[in-house]
Amino acid sequence: MGLIHEIDYGTKPSAATKLVTLTIDGERVTVPEGTSVMRAATEAGTQIPKLCATDMLDSFGSCRLCLVEIEGRNGTPASCTTPVADGMVVHTQTGKLAKLRRGVMELYISDHPLDCLTCAANGDCELQDMAGAVGLREVRYGDAVETHTHQAKDNSNPYFQFDPSKCIVCSRCVRACAEVQGTFALTIEGMGFDSKVSPGIAEAMFDSECVSCGACVQACPTATLMETSVIERGQPEHSKITTCAYCGVGCSFKAEMRGEEVVRLVPYKDGKANHGHSCVKGRFAWGYATHRDRITRPMIRAKITDPWREVSWEEAIAHTASEFKRIQAEHGVGSIGGITSSRCTNEETFLVQKLIRAGFGNNNVDTCARVCHSPTGYGLKNTFGTSAGTQDFDSVEQADVILVIGANPTDGHPVFASRMKKRLREGAALIVVDPRRIDLVRTPHVQAQHHLALRPGTNVAIVNALAHTIVSEGLHDEAFIRERCDWEEFAEWAAFILQPENSPETVAELTGVPAAEIRAAARLYASAPNGAIYYGLGVTEHSQGSSTVIAIANLAMATGNIGRPGVGVNPLRGQNNVQGSCDMGSFPHEFPGYRHVSDDTARTIFEHEWGVPLSGDPGLRIPNMLDAAMDGTFLGLYIQGEDIAQSDPDTRHIVGGLTAMQCVVVQDLFLNETSNYAHVFLPGCTFLEKDGTFTNAERRIQRVRRVMAPKNGYADWQITQMLANAMGTPMHYAHPAEIMDEIARTTPTFAGVSFDALERLGSIQWPCNAKAPEGTPVMHVEGFVRGRGRFMISEYVATDEKTGPRFPLLLTTGRILSQYNVGAQTRRTANEAWHEEDLLEIHPHDAETRGVKDGDWIKLASRAGETSLRAKLTDRVAPGVVYTTFHHPVTQANVITTDYSDWATNCPEYKVTAVQVSLSNGPSDWQQAYLAHSRAARQIATAAE
Amino acid sequence: MSATVDRLVMMANQISRAFGRLPHDEAVAQVAAHIRSFWEKRMLAQIFEHIDEGGAGLDAVARDALQSLRALA
Repeated sequence: MGLIHEIDYGTKPSAATKLVTLTIDGERVTVPEGTSVMRAATEAGTQIPKLCATDMLDSFGSCRLCLVEIEGRNGTPASCTTPVADGMVVHTQTGKLAKLRRGVMELYISDHPLDCLTCAANGDCELQDMAGAVGLREVRYGDAVETHTHQAKDNSNPYFQFDPSKCIVCSRCVRACAEVQGTFALTIEGMGFDSKVSPGIAEAMFDSECVSCGACVQACPTATLMETSVIERGQPEHSKITTCAYCGVGCSFKAEMRGEEVVRLVPYKDGKANHGHSCVKGRFAWGYATHRDRITRPMIRAKITDPWREVSWEEAIAHTASEFKRIQAEHGVGSIGGITSSRCTNEETFLVQKLIRAGFGNNNVDTCARVCHSPTGYGLKNTFGTSAGTQDFDSVEQADVILVIGANPTDGHPVFASRMKKRLREGAALIVVDPRRIDLVRTPHVQAQHHLALRPGTNVAIVNALAHTIVSEGLHDEAFIRERCDWEEFAEWAAFILQPENSPETVAELTGVPAAEIRAAARLYASAPNGAIYYGLGVTEHSQGSSTVIAIANLAMATGNIGRPGVGVNPLRGQNNVQGSCDMGSFPHEFPGYRHVSDDTARTIFEHEWGVPLSGDPGLRIPNMLDAAMDGTFLGLYIQGEDIAQSDPDTRHIVGGLTAMQCVVVQDLFLNETSNYAHVFLPGCTFLEKDGTFTNAERRIQRVRRVMAPKNGYADWQITQMLANAMGTPMHYAHPAEIMDEIARTTPTFAGVSFDALERLGSIQWPCNAKAPEGTPVMHVEGFVRGRGRFMISEYVATDEKTGPRFPLLLTTGRILSQYNVGAQTRRTANEAWHEEDLLEIHPHDAETRGVKDGDWIKLASRAGETSLRAKLTDRVAPGVVYTTFHHPVTQANVITTDYSDWATNCPEYKVTAVQVSLSNGPSDWQQAYLAHSRAARQIATAAE
Repeated sequence: MSATVDRLVMMANQISRAFGRLPHDEAVAQVAAHIRSFWEKRMLAQIFEHIDEGGAGLDAVARDALQSLRALA
C-alpha cells in the first residue's frame, strides 16, 4: 500500500479522432491530432522537464523548461505549446537543451529559498524534482542579487498557506483559479521582476474572492500554496480512492494518509464526476471525523429528561430490540418505523429498509429525500418513466443554452458549477429562474442572458408560460414529439398550455417577471441546438414541487431536448447519496428500484430473497409518522443519519411528535437536535471509516473506501445488522460487497453492479444490466423508459401560504458554499470562519421601512413561530422577499417554516413562508429556552466507579 | 377535528386541486389512485371516519375519491 501517483501529461488530451505518427527520441509515437509534443512524449514514457505545464490546465509556455528540438524547425520550441505533426522528429534530450534547461533552472533557484530539508513540500516538490532532472549542480548568482525570499507568509486561510517567497510565478495557481474553478480570484500583479501572485487587489487570501476550492494548491509546483495539514503533519505515505460525503456531485478524492491519520484529501483526476476538481467542503472540511464532539460509545436513557448513560454495544442493541418488540406487542406491527440517510451508503440504506420491511413487518420507512427531491422522483417517473436525471455531468460541455431553475450551483454544487461556468465562458447562453440574484447571474466572464426573478411560489406559472410561448409560436419539436411521445397527450397538454391563463402576459402579474423577458427566454431555450435544464430544491420544495418537475419535463419533451448529450432534465441532488437512498427503496411506497410495494412481482422477488411475507400497503411518510405519534399509534423510530428536528419544517410539530414516542433511536456521529428527544444513541461512523458505495446526481455509483477503523467500533451497516439479528431478522453479511450482490439480484437497474465491476470500471451509472453492461450515461436515448414520453397537465395552483398585513414578506431558504445542510459536519471544521451564523438577507428598502440596519438583530416571525437572527442588507433579494440559510441550530430557521407541503409527495414548502421582520434585542426567549433544553438533553452521566 | 385529520383533509384537497382540470369522474379516479398509492391504512381509516362525521372541509372530488376507495376496502 503506497501513494497513488497520477501521471501528469502536462497538457490536456486532444478530442480529435484523426491520428498522427511522429518520432520522439527515436521512438515512433501515434497520438490524436492536436496533442502537444509534451503529452505525446509522456504517453510514450518520456518525461520532458516542465514547471508551468500541468494537464489540468491549458498550455501556457512560460517556464521555458520543456524546450525540445524538432528536425527541420528553427530554435527550441516549448513542447507544451507545440502540437504534434505527422512525420515530426523530436529530440527531448540534447546537449543544447540540457544547457538551456540548466540555465533556466539556475535562474529559478537563484530566487528560491534553499530550505528543502525543512520545507513542507520536501518529497513532493516539482521544482526540486526538476532541479534534479536537469542536473543543476550550482547556482552562480550569490546573495548580492535581489530576491523575493523575504516576503511574508499569508496564513489568513485556515486550510492553506500562501508563502510568496517560494513562488516561481509559473501562473499555475492563477490559471487554475480561472480555468478550473472559474472564480478569477488570483492574478499576477506587476511586471518583470516585480511580478507576483496576488489574491484580488493585494488582499489577504481570506479577504479575497477566493472560495478555497483548493485548485491553486493542487496546481502549485512548489510549497508556495500548501495545505496547512501537510505543514503540520508531513507528507502522506499511502492513499486510497474514495468518494466525498457532501453534496450530490460525488467528487472522487485520494485520501492521503499517514497511518490512520488523514493528511489531506486531493481530488482524483480520474474521478468521472469531478475530473480532478473540488470545493472547500470536500477538499478541506473532513476534520469533523476526529472532532472532540464525536460520540463513540452507545448510550441509553429511560426518559428524554434523564442524562445519557454509556452502555456496551450488546446492551444498547438488546435494549433497542426489546423496546421495539414491546411497542409492537402493545400497539401493533405498524407502531414503529425508521428513517434512512442520504449520507449513508447504498448498502447501509438498503439494510435499513430491509430491516423495516422484513423485520418490523411494515413499510414505515422514509428518508431525507422526503424533504428535498421526492417531487423529482414523482414527476420524472410519471413523465419519463424513471425517477432520476437524464444526463451525466459531462453533458453540460455540449449544452448551448442552460436553463437553471431554483438551483444555486456555485454554492450547492460548486464543482459542477465550475464546469457549467466553463461552458458558459465558451459561449453557451444562460437563463436563470430564481427569486434571488444568485452568483451565477453575474460572475466573472459569465452573465445570464435572462434572469427571471420570479416571486417565490410561482414556478409552475412561469414554466407554463415558457411552454405557452414555445407552443404558441410554433417553436416545439413536432417530429420529436410524434416519434417519442404520445401525440394525443401532447395535444391535450398543448390545448391546456395555450389557455390565456398560461400566457406570459397573464403570468407576468403573478410572477413579477415582464412578459417580454419570459418570451425571450422561451425563444432562446427552444431555439438552442442543445437546451439543458438544471434544477434544484427551489423547484421541489414547494406545495407544487411535483407539478413544477412535471412542467419542466413537459418543456424538455416539447422542444426535443431529451435523449442525447447536451440536453436533458437534470436535478441537482442535495446530499451525497440522496439518489442512492431513493434507489434503495427508502420511500414507504416503493421497493428498491422504484417498484410499488403493491406490485406482486416485485414483492415476490423480495419475499423469496428475504424469506418472509411482506406488506403490500404503503407505509407512513415522516410527517405522517409524527402525526401518528401525536395520536398515540406510532411510538418507535430508528433514525439513521438524519436530524429531523433541525432539517425538517415546522420544528414544533417535529418536537411534538418525537416527544410523544416511547423509543427514539438516533444513529449518528454527534448528539444533535433530534437526539435531544431520543432514548437510544447509537454512534455512527464517517465515510472515512467504512466501505460501500454512493450514487451521485448523475446516477453514478462510486466506491467509498475505508481509510481508518471506525472510531465507534462498527460501520453503520454492521450496527443495523446487529439490530436486525436482535429483532429476529437474521443478517449475516461479512462485507458490504455481499449487500450489493443482493441489491443486484433483486433490482433490475442494478443487475450488473458489483464491487468487482466497480473496481474494474471505476464507476457505473445505472441502469447497468445485460443491455448496458457498463452503465448508462444518458437516458432515454432510443425511447423513454416508460415507452412514450407522457405530457401531463400541470396547472398553476397558488400556495395556501399567503402574505398579508401580519406577514407581508416572503421568506425563502437555501444554503451557502461553506456549510452543508444542518451543519453537523461543517460546523465542526474551520469552514465556520466563512459562515459562523445564519443571516437574514433583506432588501434595503424593506429594511429601511422597518428601521433595520445591516447587522441588526431582527425578529423573524411567521404563523408557525418566531426566531431571531442578524440582518444582512442586500439587493440580491427583491423587495418583498427575504432569505436565510438553515445551517445553525441556534437560528432554528425551521421554527418559521410551515407545515405546507407538495401535493404529491409531502415535500415541505421551505421556499415560501409569509413572514414579518422587526427589530429585536437578540435571541428570542424561545431560542434561549431551546438552547438551555438542548444543553440539558445532552448531559452524559459519569460512569460509576 | 384533530390536527391529523386537518392535515389529511388538506392533503386530500391538495391532491384534488392538482387534478382539477380533469372532468369530475376522471379526477375522482386519479385522486383515488394517488391516495391508494401513497396513504397508509391508518390515514385512510381516519379520513373515512371523518367522512362518517360529515367530512367537513373536503371538496367534492376528494370526498368522492375517498368514498370510491372506501367501497374497494
